[in-house]
Amino acid sequence: MFGPRFWRFGNLSDWLPEVQRLQDDMNRVFSGYSAPSARDYPLLNVWLHDHDALVTAELPGIDPEKLDIAVSGDQVIISGTREPEVLKKEETYHRRERRYGPFTRTLKLPFKIDPDRVEARYEKGILDVKLPCAQEEKPRKIEIKSA
Amino acid sequence: MTMENKEIKKQSASSPADAERTKLRRVYVPRVDIYETGDSLVLLADMPGVDEKSVDMTLEKDVLTIRGFVKPRDYPGYSAGFAEYREDGDYERVFSLSEEVSREKIEASVKNGVLKVVLPKAEPAKARKIAITAG
Repeated sequence: MFGPRFWRFGNLSDWLPEVQRLQDDMNRVFSGYSAPSARDYPLLNVWLHDHDALVTAELPGIDPEKLDIAVSGDQVIISGTREPEVLKKEETYHRRERRYGPFTRTLKLPFKIDPDRVEARYEKGILDVKLPCAQEEKPRKIEIKSA
Repeated sequence: MTMENKEIKKQSASSPADAERTKLRRVYVPRVDIYETGDSLVLLADMPGVDEKSVDMTLEKDVLTIRGFVKPRDYPGYSAGFAEYREDGDYERVFSLSEEVSREKIEASVKNGVLKVVLPKAEPAKARKIAITAG
């Protein structure tokens, strides 16, 4: 497979994203948490309080209607779409750096989420999702009886 | 349209405007789209955390500077779990405008963390349609 034919597949640089992806997957297998890769959008910050988590993400310019938050078990899935600006025929781009299109991010928490108490807020292009721990998962204090 | 390999990390400003800063704070370069319509230039800049009160814009000769200030957020009772992006820091970016802009009519608005600036072209720069009459 690695004979001279291998190199006829084209430019090595065409393969780099694939190699990067493979490496990302490997990292994910071997560590509990790996640094986000360029494909992960949006980037997330997680804050913890007691047994609740607060997830924040920078998502500028999104119609809140097009933002979706789904919770199942210990996972939260944030997905949505950023609609591109629709230009008229005679209008032209000089510069285009902002990303648009669909995105999905899944985050696994170390506890089961109570789906009824999840709260989400979108303000100034920042999304906040409050993810409370399910009641039955909270540690319970056990009374010790003396004989 | 995919954006698979587009780098999405915030970019630190190298030395925008060739100016020294007095505030010890991180500064990011916002990502922008610029497009031209028949009679104006439209600039869109991603500045999450910025609202209409915390944005500052100056136009000097043909240099347009946009700045956005982000109020540091506070999470009472919460401790950091993990972080993939930095929440501190302002935005700054400087543009040289190639075309004459009529400065009185510049309009700017901020919605959902996106700054939109409409820069109307000055009269002489506007394309004029010339009627050709048959001789």
